Amino acid sequence: MKYLDEFSDPVLAGKLVEQIHAVTTQPWSMMEVCGGQTHSIIRHGIDQLLPEGVEMIHGPGCPVCVTPLEIIDKALAIAQQPGVIFCSFGDMLRVPGSSEDLFSIKSAGGDVRVVYSPLDALKLARENPDRQVVFFGIGFETTAPANAMTVYQAKKQGIPNFSLLVSHVLVPPAMAAIMDSPKCRVQAFLAAGHVCSVMGTSEYPALTEKYKVPIVVTGFEPLDILEGIRRTVIQLESGRHELENAYSRAVTAEGNLPAMAMLRDVFEVTDRTWRGIGMIPQSGWKLSERYAEYDAEARFSVTDIHTDESALCRSGEVLQGLIKPHECAAFGKECTPRKPLGATMVSSEGACAAYYTYRRLDHLELSETRLVDSR
Amino acid sequence: MCLAVPGRVLSVEDQDGTTMAQVDFGGLRKEVCLAYIPDVQIGEYVIVHVGFAIQRLDEKSALDTLANFEKLGILEEEFGDGFALAAKQAGEPR
Amino acid sequence: MSNDLDFEGWVCPLPLRDTPTIVMGHGGGGAMSGELIEQLFLPAFGGAARAELGDSAVLEVPAGRLAFSTDSFVVKPMFFPGGCIGDLAVNGTVNDLAMSGATPLYLSTAFILAEGTPITDIGRVAMAIGKAAEVAGVQLVTGDTKVVDSGSGDGIFINTAGIGVIPDGVDISPARAQVGDAVLVSGDIGVHGIAVMSCREGLEFGTTVESDCAPLHGLVADMLATGVDVHVLRDPTRGGVSATLNEIAKASGVGVELVEKDLPIQAEVKDACGLLGLDPLQVANEGKLIAIVAAEDAEEVLAAMRQHPRGAGARRIGTCVAEHPQMVVARTGLGGTRVVDLPIGEQLPRIC
Repeated sequence: MKYLDEFSDPVLAGKLVEQIHAVTTQPWSMMEVCGGQTHSIIRHGIDQLLPEGVEMIHGPGCPVCVTPLEIIDKALAIAQQPGVIFCSFGDMLRVPGSSEDLFSIKSAGGDVRVVYSPLDALKLARENPDRQVVFFGIGFETTAPANAMTVYQAKKQGIPNFSLLVSHVLVPPAMAAIMDSPKCRVQAFLAAGHVCSVMGTSEYPALTEKYKVPIVVTGFEPLDILEGIRRTVIQLESGRHELENAYSRAVTAEGNLPAMAMLRDVFEVTDRTWRGIGMIPQSGWKLSERYAEYDAEARFSVTDIHTDESALCRSGEVLQGLIKPHECAAFGKECTPRKPLGATMVSSEGACAAYYTYRRLDHLELSETRLVDSR
Repeated sequence: MCLAVPGRVLSVEDQDGTTMAQVDFGGLRKEVCLAYIPDVQIGEYVIVHVGFAIQRLDEKSALDTLANFEKLGILEEEFGDGFALAAKQAGEPR
Repeated sequence: MSNDLDFEGWVCPLPLRDTPTIVMGHGGGGAMSGELIEQLFLPAFGGAARAELGDSAVLEVPAGRLAFSTDSFVVKPMFFPGGCIGDLAVNGTVNDLAMSGATPLYLSTAFILAEGTPITDIGRVAMAIGKAAEVAGVQLVTGDTKVVDSGSGDGIFINTAGIGVIPDGVDISPARAQVGDAVLVSGDIGVHGIAVMSCREGLEFGTTVESDCAPLHGLVADMLATGVDVHVLRDPTRGGVSATLNEIAKASGVGVELVEKDLPIQAEVKDACGLLGLDPLQVANEGKLIAIVAAEDAEEVLAAMRQHPRGAGARRIGTCVAEHPQMVVARTGLGGTRVVDLPIGEQLPRIC
């Protein structure tokens, strides 16, 4: 695909890797906040190309990973109700709640459907006026405008049988929460490119200033990620902590103004619990008063479902780079990719799931430290 | 976190007051909502996430970025080391 | 593969007793069941069907070892670009036989139909079965039809079982991969899965990608005709190349190393995977095979494969190695490595 393939060029990647090695004189730990970047790093083996000691800490930026158990349980409760068509992105179907996942609801006769876009769910609501259609509105700032549009359209077109189960989370407050953690090891951030496509970059200078960390807005293709790392290392090596945009083809400083206006109309900021991390104040969105009637939690009376996270799971500490996955007592025993307890084992890119897979790679020609350190 | 890919706008139409477009992803065609990039021109590239264009793709910036990667090694010879290069790049507009 | 059946012109010859859709009576074993066989299935199957289609078929088989295989088909949607559930039902079992080196001879076809299924859909599927059997050179010798009451609309489920004969001297098994062997693939991967996904409700996208559904025993015969000792043959259907190679690595106790840049992937399949967040290695194929042969035989087998229309795009994609036994690892375009894991369940589009 144009403007995608060019950014995977192995020759240019080699140049960037060479440059990263040339400018690195000491160990650095940086966090790629975004799960999409984690996926790309693992998918292309980028972490294996970095200098010894340049460590990528995989951040909490995966909506699948951080959706709290309680919301999943609410989703399951709604999807089981007769007459409901429950629509979701494919990512969420295998994520376990307290006892089961959306797949098991589907196999028990629940009408659970995977859609590519939330607009597909709205279309189903239009076509099935006698059914309640619920969309599982998860995601970060990138996905929120799409979900907001469906609620806006439902109101505008008068589609009463549509509602949204909202679990939106915000990146900058999570970055602040990570930096505020007393044992934080993060020295720099690769900021999530597509979040910035929507929101712009105005929220980050305050973070670079307050925490004295470089933040480099980074894209998703191999060259984008290597360039993000290169610029971050250059800043760290020269003692600077500034905001840089290494993804200028898709990110402007001001962001997408019509999308932001829609978000202000449909959502309002609220405290959100992150699976494995806990409650982060003012780190998410809920539907604003104007659109409260489209809130699936209220419509299906699941507001009083409360679920505690697994007491065994230490994914919060893993997400913050405080412990390695295998240092958790449940790792590989009560908790595996097939039966995950927490966020980092749920998603195939989660640190625990990746480590579970790679741990078996005893003979791969990689240094043991690299395996342990980057997973 | 957010899988989004660039595609080229083939045609634009109004559906119930919402701007929708046929977008080409290297031969695949998908209907995409353009409500958030209302002034897009046919032939332009947009970044698409879950059926919505979230930003236009700045083609010039994409080509500049690639050209800068091409120059990396050469610049280094010119400036001696990565730090000089960094200093030069620090002067670039962001 | 594309078939040129004119479904549009399909007119059901069945005197429908005023039922344009399947009703319980069609599975009851009485007059309606008989009419369905006599007036729908047999004409649609054409020359590939044994006229009697009795409870059991009495078969002449040549001397030698028999290969016997069964498979069930439940694909949604039933009709997709480049084929339908009928093509899959024939070629799926034909290919399972072919992967043991057998020449497929006879198939059974058993239908489970949901009440409410349009008769015309069954006619189209049955015609596709007849045509695919004819192309593959197999006879449809016995069958069965049942009807289930259905709360969830229409549906056609098909089971086919097949019998083939394995030539002397052929010993193909997933446990025979050895360290140093070459891993070959007969052509572009991921095509079928993307074609089916392109018309799945909620995901629809426009594409020219069509299913690669096709019989492969002719290609296998040409490969065996080289006289090379073929160690392993598998068709990478559900779970794609990834699932197949993981199974072989496990059965043989070897590691498999793939070279990503050598994987044959059509641009449109790659782009669809990019759009939906899928890994082409995990997407289903229905007309491709994976072969494992000694490294020194690889070129000879590849040359024979490329002479056959189903193997024109054949390539070597990797090597069996002593490292990381029972695991599949890919060397990425950038020179890193990644584990190619067994897919846990069905492929779902990701947003993350």
